[in-house]
Amino acid sequence: MTPEIARLVGGMLAGDKPSLARLISLAEDDSPHFPEILEMLRPRLGKSYCVGITGPPGAGKSTLIDRLVAVIRSRGLSVGIILVDPSSPVSGGAVLGDRVRMQRHYLDEGVFIRSMATRGSQGGLSGGVQAAVSLLAASGRDIIIIETVGVGQTELGISGIADVVVLLLVPESGDDIQAMKAGIVEIADIIVVNKADREGAERLAEQLKAAVAPGRTKAVPQVITAQAINDIGIEALYRAIEKRRKGR
Amino acid sequence: MVEKKANRELPERKKEFKTTVDGTVVNRVYTADDLGKDRQVDVALPGEYPYTRHIMPGGYRTRLWTMRQYAGFATVEETNNRYKYLYAQGQTGFSVAFHLPTQEGYDSDHPLSAGEVGRCGVAVDSLEDMEKLWEGIPLAEVSTSMTINATAPILLAMYAAAAQKQGADISCLRGTVQNDILKEYIARNTYIFGPAPSMRLVTDLCVYCAQDMPQWNSISISGYHMREAGATAAQEAGFTVANGIAYVQAMIDRGMSVDSFAPRFSFFFAAYTNLLEEVAKFRALRRIWAKIMKERFGAKDPKSMMLRYHVQTDGFTLTGQQPLNNIVRVTLQALAAVMGGCQSLHTNSFDEALALPSEEAVQVALRTQQIIAHESGVADTVDPLGGSYYIEWLTDRIEDGAMRYINEIDKMGGALKAIEKGYIQREIAASAYNYQREVDAGEQLIVGVNRFTTGGEPAPELLEVGPEVEQRQVARLSRLKRERDNQKVGEVLDRVYVAARGDGNIMPALIDAVKAYATVGEISDALRGVFGEYRETGIL
Amino acid sequence: MRDKKVRVLLAKPGLDGHDRGLKVLARGLRDAGMEVIYLGLRLTPEQIAQAALEEDVDVVGLSCLSGAHMVLFPKTVGLIKEKGGGDILFIGGGIIPGKDIPGLEAAGIAMVFGPGTPIGEITGFMKERVRRRGVDNQD
Repeated sequence: MTPEIARLVGGMLAGDKPSLARLISLAEDDSPHFPEILEMLRPRLGKSYCVGITGPPGAGKSTLIDRLVAVIRSRGLSVGIILVDPSSPVSGGAVLGDRVRMQRHYLDEGVFIRSMATRGSQGGLSGGVQAAVSLLAASGRDIIIIETVGVGQTELGISGIADVVVLLLVPESGDDIQAMKAGIVEIADIIVVNKADREGAERLAEQLKAAVAPGRTKAVPQVITAQAINDIGIEALYRAIEKRRKGR
Repeated sequence: MVEKKANRELPERKKEFKTTVDGTVVNRVYTADDLGKDRQVDVALPGEYPYTRHIMPGGYRTRLWTMRQYAGFATVEETNNRYKYLYAQGQTGFSVAFHLPTQEGYDSDHPLSAGEVGRCGVAVDSLEDMEKLWEGIPLAEVSTSMTINATAPILLAMYAAAAQKQGADISCLRGTVQNDILKEYIARNTYIFGPAPSMRLVTDLCVYCAQDMPQWNSISISGYHMREAGATAAQEAGFTVANGIAYVQAMIDRGMSVDSFAPRFSFFFAAYTNLLEEVAKFRALRRIWAKIMKERFGAKDPKSMMLRYHVQTDGFTLTGQQPLNNIVRVTLQALAAVMGGCQSLHTNSFDEALALPSEEAVQVALRTQQIIAHESGVADTVDPLGGSYYIEWLTDRIEDGAMRYINEIDKMGGALKAIEKGYIQREIAASAYNYQREVDAGEQLIVGVNRFTTGGEPAPELLEVGPEVEQRQVARLSRLKRERDNQKVGEVLDRVYVAARGDGNIMPALIDAVKAYATVGEISDALRGVFGEYRETGIL
Repeated sequence: MRDKKVRVLLAKPGLDGHDRGLKVLARGLRDAGMEVIYLGLRLTPEQIAQAALEEDVDVVGLSCLSGAHMVLFPKTVGLIKEKGGGDILFIGGGIIPGKDIPGLEAAGIAMVFGPGTPIGEITGFMKERVRRRGVDNQD
């Protein structure tokens, strides 16, 4: 452990955001120091609850998170958010734009937001995500939210990290359900049908309730309808998450 | 055979000559064979449906276009002086640029206004500012265009109130408010509220004008800013018309008959340097709009079918390098606007890639229009390029290209849905990026930028807005807030809140509010309390 | 160790809505292999500073076409430096008169890129100037 890393860890534990941010970068860059850092933080882990939120592009994940964070904060809980977007397979670069929708939380000391690219990793999650979750947990965040783009089986990685997986769909996703059944729908604990004011929302919700594949090992997912943009259904989602968090 | 000769291989200086219409290249030469065969041959005269050649039979022989220079900076005193100057120089209409806080519903003393006061336009916080802006200019006699969108109902209320204080009858007022919120979500980004409440405010204003201000253009459906953001000519045409369709439909959904409001719908487009493509764009736009209004919306009044529009030469094409070259670009763009048949025109000043325009640069810009009007001869006959094989072919191509976008948007359920999906934003962002890559690769040549460059050039004289402007405006505002009847302000703001929650027209409550000297920020806050605020979606 | 990526935050402080340049640049940086955190528009210097620190970026790019750059750029840079982002590279863009550039440079903006700057010139400058920070390089 270099003195610099000790300083960063100390800073992070004292609530210093730049120290936490720098440690996440080290995790993301797979620093050789990282296993050592993690070992040191191990006693501090286990208190946070990790919520994975996934769904197809355009389903409204970032908006939902923005609203959900407002509810979580109103209960006095602190939040860490990890927003994962794909890296370009051609250049290796990425445009990470999800943060835009969470502007109102920028100055809230109880919210820490971090954008990460997949950097070519399998399962749709960059190798650094698990480590970043640990860091956020060690820094004392009550709830950690991970947002990933879910387009099918590539997103299964989220279930290995999150305590609860929320799948976000929109009425237009109906056609894709069959294709997705074997994948993401199977790992969801909670399914939110967003933009529920649109045609086909009820039908999709019914379909989902009926469409639990035989041989499913997890409990039947809870289906919630919502209009994130209008703050409808967010409280119900929060309660569903909270019930699982308390029942851990 | 003409056709064979035209297609013969010849050595050429470029592999391909491109239009900006998707996938359409320019042939070496055009002949009668290129005129539309299966579509109606467009022999209709100017002033005849579908108005491809011009909306009026006499074009500029009857009356020249309105030379309308967009101006506004610092406080109302400075801008009032500039307006008087322009008036004395022969300008025939005003065009108000408001500073960003006014456009986005913040007072000059709001933290987000820091640094912005009086920069992009004139600071107007209250009716008091609006009254001073027009001191010495009789509003009953002039025509005024106001670039204002999210706060358009508030600023129109102020303008009407200021005119009444001058003794004018508001039914006689002539002018335009931009009032086009849809393109704000796509390109210009001065929205405040979400699309649904915003569309209600847009239509409230249009209904109010149809009833109380019949000579006022209640909306200026704008392609300009989408073009500035990177749209091609066909995209500009297609997306603007798609937005226009959404507004017409929204008014019909409020129970208005199409001919009761459509004659007061106006448009606003950009003119690029690609002269002939731009002329074709304007011709195609007139034809598209006429057909849609007649065939889709069943308009009977020819005025409902006539596309009337303002043009601004395109700001994006101005270069910071060798700024005097911009005078030539603006001349070509203005020619396109005039030969395309615009109703009014703003010519940019050559120094606008560097700063707000200086007085000298503004004068050259206005002189450019006057030279085109009085020396060039292009205004002596209507649609001077009509009948050119190339122009007619290009007009058809732009129409086809625009209609593809309009149909695509119709399939999505209209412009509002297409914006929600990010479709229009993504199309424009992709065009902007492609263009930049072509420029960087040297495929698009820009004189003085990526070819024919020269070293360090002397900087022209620029207009400066100092920090004292903000201090002065904030002091003025705090005095107003101290001296007015604040109990009355509280009452009128409550009424705005109640009106916003109800489903009646909001305009009467706004007019009462501005007359009590409630500010733009206070009224906007009352509306925010009901409508919430829109956040950008970050589509790249 | 995985490949390190240059992380860039792009933002528009103030009320200006002209985001064509910033959006084009975001794509250009992505295609040059960088990770861009796109923060969008209508932001206060405080909001940008907080995001820059949480995202631990190497570069912050600020854009303003409304003329408010002399107020907003120095304030943003100052806040970030004050809160521990002293080694971040700052660049600016927009309608910036030449006479303002020395003042912006004094405030910590390393380079101002005006309209018409080729993307390659910006990525080249950034790659040259960003010495990836972080403790691994200091061992």
